[in-house]
Amino acid sequence: MKVSLFITCLGDIFYVNAGKAAVELLERLGCEVDFPASQTCCGQPAYNSGYHTQTKRSAKNMIEAFENADYVVGLSGSCAYMVHEYPHLFENEPEWKQKAEILKKKTFEFTQFITDVLKISDVEATFKAKATYHTSCHMTRLLGVKDSPYTLLKNVKGLELFDLPHKEDCCGFGGTFSVKMNRISEQMVDEKVMHIESTDADVLIGADAGCLMNIGGRIERQDKPIQVFHIAEILNSRGEV
Amino acid sequence: MPMQIGEKNFKNRVEKGLGDDFMRGAVKSAQSRLQNNRKLAAEDLGDWEDWRTLGQEIRQHTIENLDYYLNELSENVAELGGHVYFAETAEEANKYIQDVAKKKDAKKIAKSKSMVTEEISMNDALEDIGCEVIETDLGEYILQIDDHDPPSHIVAPALHKNKEQIRDVFKERLGYQNSELPEELALFAREKLREEFLQADIGITGCNFAVANSGSFALVTNEGNARMVTSLPKTQITVMGMERIVPGWEELDIVVSLLTRAAVGQKLTSYITALTGPKKEEEGDGPEEFHLVIVDNGRSKILGTEFQEALHCIRCAACINVCPVYRHVGGHAYGSIYPGPIGAVLSPLLGDDEEYKELPYASSLCGACTEVCPVKIPLHEQLIMHRRNMMEEREMGNLAEKITMQGFGVLTGSSSLYKIATKMAPFVATPFIHDGSISKGPGPMKGWTGIRDMPAPSKERFRDWYKKRKAGK
Repeated sequence: MKVSLFITCLGDIFYVNAGKAAVELLERLGCEVDFPASQTCCGQPAYNSGYHTQTKRSAKNMIEAFENADYVVGLSGSCAYMVHEYPHLFENEPEWKQKAEILKKKTFEFTQFITDVLKISDVEATFKAKATYHTSCHMTRLLGVKDSPYTLLKNVKGLELFDLPHKEDCCGFGGTFSVKMNRISEQMVDEKVMHIESTDADVLIGADAGCLMNIGGRIERQDKPIQVFHIAEILNSRGEV
Repeated sequence: MPMQIGEKNFKNRVEKGLGDDFMRGAVKSAQSRLQNNRKLAAEDLGDWEDWRTLGQEIRQHTIENLDYYLNELSENVAELGGHVYFAETAEEANKYIQDVAKKKDAKKIAKSKSMVTEEISMNDALEDIGCEVIETDLGEYILQIDDHDPPSHIVAPALHKNKEQIRDVFKERLGYQNSELPEELALFAREKLREEFLQADIGITGCNFAVANSGSFALVTNEGNARMVTSLPKTQITVMGMERIVPGWEELDIVVSLLTRAAVGQKLTSYITALTGPKKEEEGDGPEEFHLVIVDNGRSKILGTEFQEALHCIRCAACINVCPVYRHVGGHAYGSIYPGPIGAVLSPLLGDDEEYKELPYASSLCGACTEVCPVKIPLHEQLIMHRRNMMEEREMGNLAEKITMQGFGVLTGSSSLYKIATKMAPFVATPFIHDGSISKGPGPMKGWTGIRDMPAPSKERFRDWYKKRKAGK
């Protein structure tokens, strides 16, 4: 099966290990992984800020970058959801709307792709840790991917997974919200960190780079002894960490 | 602007909210109780999602045919002997209500809870002509005697106060001498309010839903005060926002079921009062004279726009009860009597959008509001639409942001430019990196690094690694 990786801008620049892990794991699961190099950013920062004309430039580039892909696998739920919003964005441009619909149909979030398309629930990973998982808002509520990460994490050997209290609460990222409304965002991320600390976990796992950058950044600022990983790193692990 | 509450500056309002530990504690515990109750009530119904769809369909149908149903309602009310007045503006509504009060030579007016009367500042208008207006909803009563503290929530207006604060308000203003036990507080208010009901010349109510095909009005309360307001005074005035209407009783049944469950997690509230016209000769109680004031005040401008679904709102506050932003800043920070996600959508539409320009941005777009809305209003999408209108059509954004976003469009629209920019990122960031992360960023990055670290851009981007790996294979 041919898979085109949608790394996301944060994945390309900051979370390189997550991308490497995703490639290795998908290959191990029998996929041929391609990386269309002309991909950029999905456009979400501009979209959520109200600059939709600018978003269309990002979106058109993305649509073209993945034109020949069979499956597009995105490393962040929120970015995969943004691609699903493209038809909406091109409401008044029928030609682009049609292309956007095609891209939407073949775009999946990473864990969703593994459980729903590859139909695999155990990737035979080993990762010894006490961990908790942060469910991202866009991935669960808007993209509708709720169970896939848990299905996969539950089968990771050595991983003790603790339920995160108030897991459905937003971590306070919200893209430009985290900067524009940073005082409110601060309260939200502090609440999230407090909930993480209330578990016995010393590892936080997430499937959205934005949330991880926000929660991880706050954890680092406060020097908390919690390690942050993208779910691809855990699922690709063979117990070496 | 009548809807406007508190001071003008949004940032100051937010800081005030963030610094108010009592308020935040009260809001947090109320939110957690209401969220939990709502969840249980929805589960109890079993097929909640089907109910939501039904609710959405009813509201959509009604709003699409609003002229028809308002006409039907008006005809039925007139036939029952009531007076109907259609007010295009808040001023018109208040003028009409003042005229009724003057004609009746009213001194004292008892009113039940109503957001639309808050929206048009009706109490002020009545006080201007020398009437005394008594709020009879317990929450509203507390706020009224506390120097007209504005409501911070559309269902539980005094949600920002805890029971100790309420005890102190009663003590200071009314000489209350008992404890902070809710039962004792409520009993005290009840005794005070009973006297007022008996003396009131006019009763004024809001309207949860008007029933078009019978000319009736349904009021949903837990205290029964709305029933007193409509049975004791000789004259009754009901004020309704023009969208608060259902075609008939079957639809009423469904929207009320959704409302009580979504709002407070009850199957039904203690009182659901339905009133049809003034007292008939053979009837024992009820008002001798009945006036219906239908308020537009900006609503008809929303019809036919992409915001039409905001008129589907049944004012349950479920969106407010799950909103994490509301939890931290409280209702007053929104500066509008309509707070939370629905307030952030409605306030710029009904009020001055310049005044409420920050509200659509006071959301992380987490979608919790959209998920719980019992009539499926896509609240977070409406917030994005506001943002788009404000930035692209009305150009209300600041220049620096506009330039940044144009740069973003150019960079992400061209893969070659994007590659150059991301290649440069680690070098540009070098002076700011310490121990692998950035804790003090320059310029616009300060908003981020003011509260959290930022990872350093990787020297080898993913795309570099991939290219090398592919070449090596």
